[in-house]
Amino acid sequence: MIWDATFQFVLIGALLIGATSGTLGAFAVLRRRSLLGDALAHAALPGVALAFLWTQSKALPILLLGATVSGVIGVLVIEVIVNYTRIKADAALGIVLSVFFGIGIVLLTHIQQSAVGNQSGLDKFLFGQAASIVRADLYVMCLVSALVLIAVCIFYKEFKGLIFDAEFLAALGFSPRRVDLLLMGLIVLSVMVGLQAVGVILIAAMLITPAAAARFWTDRLHVMVIASGILGALCGALGVGISALAPRIPTGPVMVLVATGAFLASALIAPKRGVLARWARRRANARRENGQHFLRAHTARQDGQGDAVALTDIAAELQLPRARVHRLAKRLSRDGCVAIHNGACSLTEQGQKEAEFVVKSHRLWEYYLVYRSILERDHVDRPADEAEHILTPEMIEQLETLLANENIDIDIHKTGSGYRRTGDDG
Amino acid sequence: MVEIWAPFWIVLTGALAGASCGLLGAYLVLRKMSLLGDALSHAVLPGIAIAFLLSGSRDVLPMFVGATAGGVVATLLIETFHRRWRVQEDTSIGIAFTALFALGVVLITAFAAQVDLDQECVLYGEIAYTPWDRLFWGERDMGPRPVWILGVVFALDLLIVVVFYKELLIASFDPEMAVSAGISAALMHYVLMGAVSVTTVAAFESVGAILVVAMLIVPGASAYLWSDQLKVILTLSALMGVVSAVAGYFLASAWNSSIAGAMVAAMGAIFAFSLLLAPRYGLLGRFARQARLSIRVARDHVLLKLLRERESRQVSALGWGDLVDATARRISGLALRSLIWQGLIVRENGRFALAEPGITRATELLRNHRLWEAYLNQLGLPPDHVHDPADALEHVTDDHLQREIRMALPNIATDPQGKRIPEAR
Amino acid sequence: MLHTVDESITPIHIHDMTVAYHKKPVLWDVDLAVPEGKLVGVVGPNGAGKSTMIKAIMDLVPKASGWVRIYGKPYPRARRAIGYVPQRESVDWDFPIHALDVVLMGRYGHVGWVRRPGKRDRERAEEALEKVGMVDFGHRQINQLSGGQQQRVFLARALAQDAQIYLMDEPFAGVDAATERAIIDILMDLRARKKTMLVVHHDLHTVRQYFDWLVLINMRVVAAGETRDVFTEENLNKTYGGRLTVLSEAAQAVADHRGGL
Repeated sequence: MIWDATFQFVLIGALLIGATSGTLGAFAVLRRRSLLGDALAHAALPGVALAFLWTQSKALPILLLGATVSGVIGVLVIEVIVNYTRIKADAALGIVLSVFFGIGIVLLTHIQQSAVGNQSGLDKFLFGQAASIVRADLYVMCLVSALVLIAVCIFYKEFKGLIFDAEFLAALGFSPRRVDLLLMGLIVLSVMVGLQAVGVILIAAMLITPAAAARFWTDRLHVMVIASGILGALCGALGVGISALAPRIPTGPVMVLVATGAFLASALIAPKRGVLARWARRRANARRENGQHFLRAHTARQDGQGDAVALTDIAAELQLPRARVHRLAKRLSRDGCVAIHNGACSLTEQGQKEAEFVVKSHRLWEYYLVYRSILERDHVDRPADEAEHILTPEMIEQLETLLANENIDIDIHKTGSGYRRTGDDG
Repeated sequence: MVEIWAPFWIVLTGALAGASCGLLGAYLVLRKMSLLGDALSHAVLPGIAIAFLLSGSRDVLPMFVGATAGGVVATLLIETFHRRWRVQEDTSIGIAFTALFALGVVLITAFAAQVDLDQECVLYGEIAYTPWDRLFWGERDMGPRPVWILGVVFALDLLIVVVFYKELLIASFDPEMAVSAGISAALMHYVLMGAVSVTTVAAFESVGAILVVAMLIVPGASAYLWSDQLKVILTLSALMGVVSAVAGYFLASAWNSSIAGAMVAAMGAIFAFSLLLAPRYGLLGRFARQARLSIRVARDHVLLKLLRERESRQVSALGWGDLVDATARRISGLALRSLIWQGLIVRENGRFALAEPGITRATELLRNHRLWEAYLNQLGLPPDHVHDPADALEHVTDDHLQREIRMALPNIATDPQGKRIPEAR
Repeated sequence: MLHTVDESITPIHIHDMTVAYHKKPVLWDVDLAVPEGKLVGVVGPNGAGKSTMIKAIMDLVPKASGWVRIYGKPYPRARRAIGYVPQRESVDWDFPIHALDVVLMGRYGHVGWVRRPGKRDRERAEEALEKVGMVDFGHRQINQLSGGQQQRVFLARALAQDAQIYLMDEPFAGVDAATERAIIDILMDLRARKKTMLVVHHDLHTVRQYFDWLVLINMRVVAAGETRDVFTEENLNKTYGGRLTVLSEAAQAVADHRGGL
């Protein structure tokens, strides 16, 4: 039953809608037009109703034409309000969104109360009804989608310029204003494609949410655009599939919830930018930091190179509980930096090298701060404490040259004690 | 009995909702928090739906709890997306409120049989049923429930706005200053947001989710176009809410359409009216002022041209073609006609010459122009760069400013080109 | 500390203060004891943390470490001792309010919660407006004032706060010459009345002429003291020189490190 012809139309329609709005959404989100898309969609409602009232026709092209006209008028009104009055953009968006929608509701209820209106089925434009897509609708949607996607391919370079640096784009001889208008026009079209199946209230989500999800996976624009398009198409198809199982529930909200699920999943598991990846990285950083503290404490307490230091001493130096220092030591020994025997540990060759690097960067930083500021000696330590873990070898080199120019000599073995301040004030 | 009073109760409900929302909405607009109102009204939907499902009733308490929870979840989601996950702020708002609204719609439609709440209610509200939704105190019929709820909410909002007028003012205008005056801007923010949430929930039942946004933002923004006084704006905003409720009711009866939708349409009409006609900040006023200014500039140029010709070539009358600026023919023409009409210029044999009052005014202008040139030259601008700025400044120089420049230029009698600066009369 | 500071008579004492925005340090380890009755300039390049320091004194931005004492007390208990002139761009000048009402806000700290400012507060506000030469503009909507006039309104508001210490964030930014003169006259007058002022400033030409004490900042205090001692070629090079790139790089690295990116 699911694979009958009607369902195939619906499925193809949903794929088209998702792909189109996903692709354009990537640009809309990066250009900070998310909420404008929302206002535009809400503003389309009175256009749908008026087109019906005028022509008494339910043909999709006519209704969409009406929707486009009133959506564009809505956007223009926002522009006028923002440019010529003291009302700010957020209020202008809210005003146009809600007033146009209110007028739409008036017209829609008026149509429903009248004799012809009962069968108009215009209310599917509120929450969307993918099942109502028929062959003729599909042709219209195909045409508009193809137009939009081809335009994106042709003007990709210009859109990219607009998003990253509009001034540079102008310097290259393109008019940012025109490129912006073109992009806005395409956003309007992609909203219109989805109006019937997703509805005016939620279609903006199909623009915003897949794009925001795609952003987690990549830092490159073309990857993001393609990923967002694919993600949108998948969400569309899945949404339609689910709502086919529960026909009472309108399609729009289901699609949006699927897209939201994709967004949450991306936020969680995407490599690099995802929440889990960032958490793991923070944990690794903290571990490295603790390990380096351990090594520096070891260097401070050891009498000569290669000597063992009792873990209790290190614990005292670090002002940490013994059990924690113990765990630290175990981990460092796994990493091959220290060797533990009888509650004491000594540095291996690798540990020695690592410790030297840490101490060196710490002292370099300390000297730098002391030399460069009127700070008293006792304050220098804490920022140095932080900086030592993050200085890259290049930065260290830079610091060394800097200090060498000032004729400052650094003896890394002269590690004084008290790198961790005890009192609040000296 | 109920039937006769029905219109009254409906209008009263709408008016109370409009007044409460208008009062608080003015602050939302001024604090640039309109979108938060938008997000909130969308986000309370799943909260209300879940509260209905769990409690099985439309009692006030579970509804408020559910709605408030929805609002809090929305705020948390936006914060998490934006601050922790580093999604842009507008995108975060967009995702959070579409998702929550979608969830609400799905819940309501999926369990529509079990709860007395449907899509229509979500969108249009149920203000038309207000008169039949009675509140009982024991056995006694106390009148329509929504009127009571909205009445209490309005009183509460009014109380907050009056009692915390000073605190809300400073926290909205300059939050840092508020903190340094010992008034917690954060606390005022929460007080206001709390009031907005309660009001949204109360109005939601009557006018639906999306139209609440209009009630919050539109009157506030309209009033903002009329006045520069916060007190006036607050009053106007509440009044506009009331007026549009009344107008909306009659519009809806005439059109046989949704009452809440018609109220919002009436608000839209009030906004459009304000946008066009508000004296200082409306579009027409603005364009009229601009037109007046450009006519004045064109007039000044005609006068100056005639005076300069007199001064340099002893020609006292010029033809139409010499005087009218080719690039702005219409404005120049208007300017010339108004000068003739006011008697500053006389027309003789198809040519134009300065009349006595015209000479006075033109001399004044020339003095301004040359004073500015001399002044700018003294500031270090080279002589060939001073003409254009002086050209722009000459029209807006009043007596006071003229005296100041004159004082800054003692012993200077000519402009950088060596032309005499006419003395003041 | 090597030198001791008598806290109760020191208007502003900052100790070991580090401030971070979004985990990125913008001010490292500031130590400063501002002496009483001085007109103190705070000078440094853009993004050096000048405004941040002022805001941190008033607890408007959280401190990562360290503390500030106002006459020996923490800020919340010494709030009334401080008058504040924020940057002009920090507020929305389209806000529907008259100049006099803005000045009246200076009295709110004295009035307290919920109560309305009384007749005396109104008089104080009018006096303050008169002092800055704006008495005729009290009932103007604030967006009809010129930049210089707006700055004077802010100054009047601080005067109405009737404080011992004034913190001013770029009061001379974008004002006309007459306003700059008027403001500096008022500052001199305040100094004569033993008030302490910390003024963020960016015009190096006028430093020597305006300030008797100077703090040079670039993400940390480069130098602080009497203007004639501090305002030297060498110190300015240290403040404005490009050598501090390492410090800002490190700040970025700290932010990334903590944010886990």
